[in-house]
Amino acid sequence: MSEHEKTDRTRRRFLTTSLAAFGGAAATPALSGEKPDPAITEVQPWRRHLGPGVDASPYGLPSPFEARVKRRNVPWLTADTRSSINFTPLHQLDGIITPNGLCFERHHSGVAEIDPAKHRLMINGLVEQPLVFTLDDLKRFPRENRVYFMECTANTGMEWHGPQMNGVQFTHGMIHNVMYTGVPLRLILQEAGIKASAKWLLAEGGDAAAMTRSIPLEKALDDCMVAFAQNGEALRPENGYPLRLLVPGWEGNMWIKWLRRLELGDKPWMQREETSKYTDLMPDGTSRQFTWVMDAKSVITSPSPQAPITHGKGPLVITGLAWSGHGVVKKVDVTLDGGRNWTEARIDGPRLPKSLHRFYLDIDWDGRPLLLQSRAVDETGYVQPTMKALKAIRGENSVYHNNGIQTWHVRANGEVENVEVS
Amino acid sequence: MSRFLEILAAVLFLLPLPAQAGKLGLGRPALPAEIAAWDKDVRPDGQGLPAGQGSVAQGEEIYLERCAACHGDFGEGVDRWPVLAGGQDTLTDERPIKTIGSYWPYLSTAFDYIQRTMPYGDAATLGADETYAILAYLLYMNDIVDDEGFTLSRENFTSITLPNQPSFRNDDRPRVEYPLFRNRCMTDCRATVEITGRAGTLDVTPK
Repeated sequence: MSEHEKTDRTRRRFLTTSLAAFGGAAATPALSGEKPDPAITEVQPWRRHLGPGVDASPYGLPSPFEARVKRRNVPWLTADTRSSINFTPLHQLDGIITPNGLCFERHHSGVAEIDPAKHRLMINGLVEQPLVFTLDDLKRFPRENRVYFMECTANTGMEWHGPQMNGVQFTHGMIHNVMYTGVPLRLILQEAGIKASAKWLLAEGGDAAAMTRSIPLEKALDDCMVAFAQNGEALRPENGYPLRLLVPGWEGNMWIKWLRRLELGDKPWMQREETSKYTDLMPDGTSRQFTWVMDAKSVITSPSPQAPITHGKGPLVITGLAWSGHGVVKKVDVTLDGGRNWTEARIDGPRLPKSLHRFYLDIDWDGRPLLLQSRAVDETGYVQPTMKALKAIRGENSVYHNNGIQTWHVRANGEVENVEVS
Repeated sequence: MSRFLEILAAVLFLLPLPAQAGKLGLGRPALPAEIAAWDKDVRPDGQGLPAGQGSVAQGEEIYLERCAACHGDFGEGVDRWPVLAGGQDTLTDERPIKTIGSYWPYLSTAFDYIQRTMPYGDAATLGADETYAILAYLLYMNDIVDDEGFTLSRENFTSITLPNQPSFRNDDRPRVEYPLFRNRCMTDCRATVEITGRAGTLDVTPK
């Protein structure tokens, strides 16, 4: 056995045992300084032995100790995982950028596995000249880089009938926020020549669902983009590789993945996903359609049911995310007492329009139970409403656009539960 | 070419494209056969409907073979697959049932969708006549047509209206909701707060 193999084996054995320990009770840190901390006094294997070389991991992965940081789905929610959803682990992330491998997925016919050499983008309908582009063609247009949140319209949709999912990953995890690289849609459409009678755009995907949505031309020419990269690398297959549409600030279903066709027309097409789905059923039995914008919303990601307080009294970082489809989030407020009194939180990091914002409230927790909530105020002056105020208008069957204030009940022992308050 | 002209030409070649430039000359014309292969969408006014027709009886046969495994023999939905029939007068119930008979505003949506992506796992394999037939059967199952001998075709398609169509209106949040949600109270905003519901008691959250 070579020296290298021996090192490798030791390392693997070490990982197995320490991962097992990690899976159990939280490791006890050295406390008062009376007894020396073995993490310091004992020579750790990684201090002594060589680690893997530069050829061991050509595409890097997180530490094995981070194995619990992953997308999760809810098996009972849908009939089949290929027409289903999974959720971003918001409680385990920080900053505003979602790592590519943790962006939530929503497919209607599974992940299309597209050979980019066989992918085409067609423009037809009310244009001077219908066109076909290859990916190479599209990469010759002037590019832009933009950070946008993409939120499923049904995010928090399981909470209309009262608190159901005990974890922010499941209540709010149908959202991600990445930096896209792509081409303004208007440049591509201009290439075909938009006829004066064109008022609407139909975007179509190339998967087995061939997902379609009608988008008003005004929005298409404003800030929509055709993107081929997220966070600096090619789109992930589950996020639309090799090409997806961006419809900033508007509901996620419109961001057609695996984009293969754009048709211009004079009327909306009234496709399945803008009539029978993604319409909002009101308590009187009528429905709203074309509810495209995602209104201002925020949530505390930690502490939360999946991220309880484990350190006891003293300094506590309360953190979360805020966003608005109308632009920039101006303020985020946090309450510790269920909405009686509010404190303005600190927004840190980039404040970009139609992007996630990261907020913090640093407190000295005295161990009292808390009713934690956050509330976003966006650049239009819109104040995120309570669930109760939303339900007073929408009832409980509108499925979509639940941007109500979320409440977490923190117990004295640090455990956290998703609750509804009066 | 003089040295000066050579440099000038090089500089001109590297000039950035003007922001509102004309066309870049990228892409190629789409051929009619290519457009026909992909442009299958159908609108409520009938634009995009292919020639063809199908009867309730033909539809029942096709439905039982290609749809019933998921949607049930009577459109009742197997497991969590969509219910396709019934649900009329349930839209204000605690558990509304949304079908083409109870909820969908336009028949064209169903034609477009069935032709586009059904059967699940074997998408876009139904011909125009088969799609008309399945829809004729769905209309019959939903009591929108009551004649067992009914045949749906491109010619009579737009004469069928779905009952719930008048119930839809465009987004009215800006008028109805936004004026209400502007109060940023900071202190003594409410007297009491009580917990009225808990997710923990349901215990349906994956680990």
